[in-house]
Amino acid sequence: MTVEALTLTLVVITFLIYIYIGWRSKVKDTSNFFIAGKEIPAVANGAAIAADWMSAASFISMAGLISFLGYDGTIYLMGWTGGYVLLALLLAPYLRKFGRYTVPDFIGDRYYSNAARAVAAIATLFISLTYVAGQMRGVGIVFSRYLQVDIVIGVLIGMAIVAFFAVLGGMKGITWTQVIQYSVLIVAIIIPAAAISLKLTGNPIPQLSLTFSDIAQKLSVLQIELGMTEYLAPFTDMTAINVFCVTLALMIGTAGLPHVIIRFYTVKSVRAARWSAGWALLFIALLYTVAPAIGVFAKYNLITSLHDTPIEQAESYNWASKWEETGLLQLDDKDGDGILTFSGDEDMNNEVTIDPDIIVLSTPEVANLAPIVIALVAAGGLAAALSTASGLLLAMSSAVSHDLYYRIFRPEADEKQRLKVGRIMIFLAVIIAGYFGINPPGFVGEVVAFAFGLAAASLFPAILLGIFDKRMNREGAIWGISTGLAFTVIMIALMRSVQVFGTEAPIIESFFGIQAQGIGVIGAILNFIVAFIVSRRTAAPPEEIQEMVEDIRVPRISEKK
Amino acid sequence: MENEQSNLSQKQQEYWKKNTRMISILLIIWASVSLVAGIILAVPFSHIQFFGVPLSFWFAQQGSILTFLVIIFFYAIKMDKLDKEYDVQEVILSEEGGSK
Repeated sequence: MTVEALTLTLVVITFLIYIYIGWRSKVKDTSNFFIAGKEIPAVANGAAIAADWMSAASFISMAGLISFLGYDGTIYLMGWTGGYVLLALLLAPYLRKFGRYTVPDFIGDRYYSNAARAVAAIATLFISLTYVAGQMRGVGIVFSRYLQVDIVIGVLIGMAIVAFFAVLGGMKGITWTQVIQYSVLIVAIIIPAAAISLKLTGNPIPQLSLTFSDIAQKLSVLQIELGMTEYLAPFTDMTAINVFCVTLALMIGTAGLPHVIIRFYTVKSVRAARWSAGWALLFIALLYTVAPAIGVFAKYNLITSLHDTPIEQAESYNWASKWEETGLLQLDDKDGDGILTFSGDEDMNNEVTIDPDIIVLSTPEVANLAPIVIALVAAGGLAAALSTASGLLLAMSSAVSHDLYYRIFRPEADEKQRLKVGRIMIFLAVIIAGYFGINPPGFVGEVVAFAFGLAAASLFPAILLGIFDKRMNREGAIWGISTGLAFTVIMIALMRSVQVFGTEAPIIESFFGIQAQGIGVIGAILNFIVAFIVSRRTAAPPEEIQEMVEDIRVPRISEKK
Repeated sequence: MENEQSNLSQKQQEYWKKNTRMISILLIIWASVSLVAGIILAVPFSHIQFFGVPLSFWFAQQGSILTFLVIIFFYAIKMDKLDKEYDVQEVILSEEGGSK
């Protein structure tokens, strides 16, 4: 069988499984539709969170990005895992105890305000929308690269699959397909990683060979020789203050992402919420501790196979010519000596240009793995993109159909109407996501900074204060959220004005040295300060709200002893 | 916050206090293995070798994530114990029908 035929077979099989599960878990009521009837076991929820969380970007691009950033790649590694500690310790158990459907549910009820509810719902929509566009694009890209299908058709196929199990099965269908999608994507990343690890260091466990062998040291020395930055030294690609702020912003932002938070409503109990955060991070850490190893191995392997190699020999490698065709790898013998040279000096001497995406995508071929592994990586990329997309679509649908339609505009709507609106909204969300997948806005990469910045500056502080500060009131929360949001949006728009407004240069370069990706930290701090000051100068929240806060903090305890 | 009036029983207040103390300690560890060891002390720690890589690099790309895992599971286990100690009645809120 050719690689294409194998890939096609594997993709069709996995898609049939997703459809089957979606059909099996069709739901008839809103509780099942929005929060899977609160019946998801902790381990399954952990796997679903992990699949929800790890997007096409985590799967395809992250290891490559890290291999180019070296030490500073830690912003993604710590930033996208550290948030789970905040979730597990500060948010998840209490939100589960609160026990409703959405994030705006909590904000609206806790701050006894439909204005706060509407702001939270709009923030949820915006955050999820910026995120989902990239996922649908990811589906199209995987299809076009592996199966030579047009990107548009790839996006349409992805839309059809997601629409099927999400509209029919709601959160329940999404959760169980995500469990399968997690298994596909983790196998797809572990097998090539173990193989390349074994080949380069003699140890098949990538995490161990990264720490205990000298491969990272060798890469670092090699990079210095070639005039690139020292791989193992901190702050060679970003300043220390930026590494700090971006890491923290991604951590706080993670803990404030609605599609992740709502997953904790789906488990049976508070206890299960605490454990599912642990399982989630365990499943995520499997990929996140392997990614930096893949980054080192693949980059070392690429440099040593291409540097100082006669160009004819390099082009005779099957993978090299294939990736050259896609434009992700460029070999250009500038000085005409017939030999390729890697160099940190971009314009003058460097003759090999690598797109970070091929670090993961090319690993199976560079490491000479069987075609089935290449097919697996394609199926894994699709699983990562589809699972994240479906979680985001549900978050968008519930923000509109539950928070805006039911809680604000039509509180008298009955179960049947609510379920119908939920289904229509998720279908609409699929169409919107697909539209952005086919016509990506020019600043897709940039808007991810928006998603994390907004979650960090608006939702995270409001939820945290709602639980841990009983005195926090409506006025404080609304002023806090507005300040955090306004500051973050304005700052990112000014720093990314080239992409957002089309100016020639950014209107401001940075905020006291902090760049757009890290600005959410300042937004969050402003939110906390403003909320605290305003709340202490206005009336305390009503008695029943204070009781509610106490009720979500501690369980019922029997008094007899 | 100590002086706030509360409808919680003595035991519930104790439970909350123990919970928040544990959270604070774990968050200090969370920050020290990531923000401190991986970023603030990155330069001095990069001169200390940890097997094949500098210590700060190990924390930044492996150790912090492993510690995060330990923190979450430790907290889940400790809270299970605390629940048992206080004979907590697990409340499953399902006020809107839903589960069959």
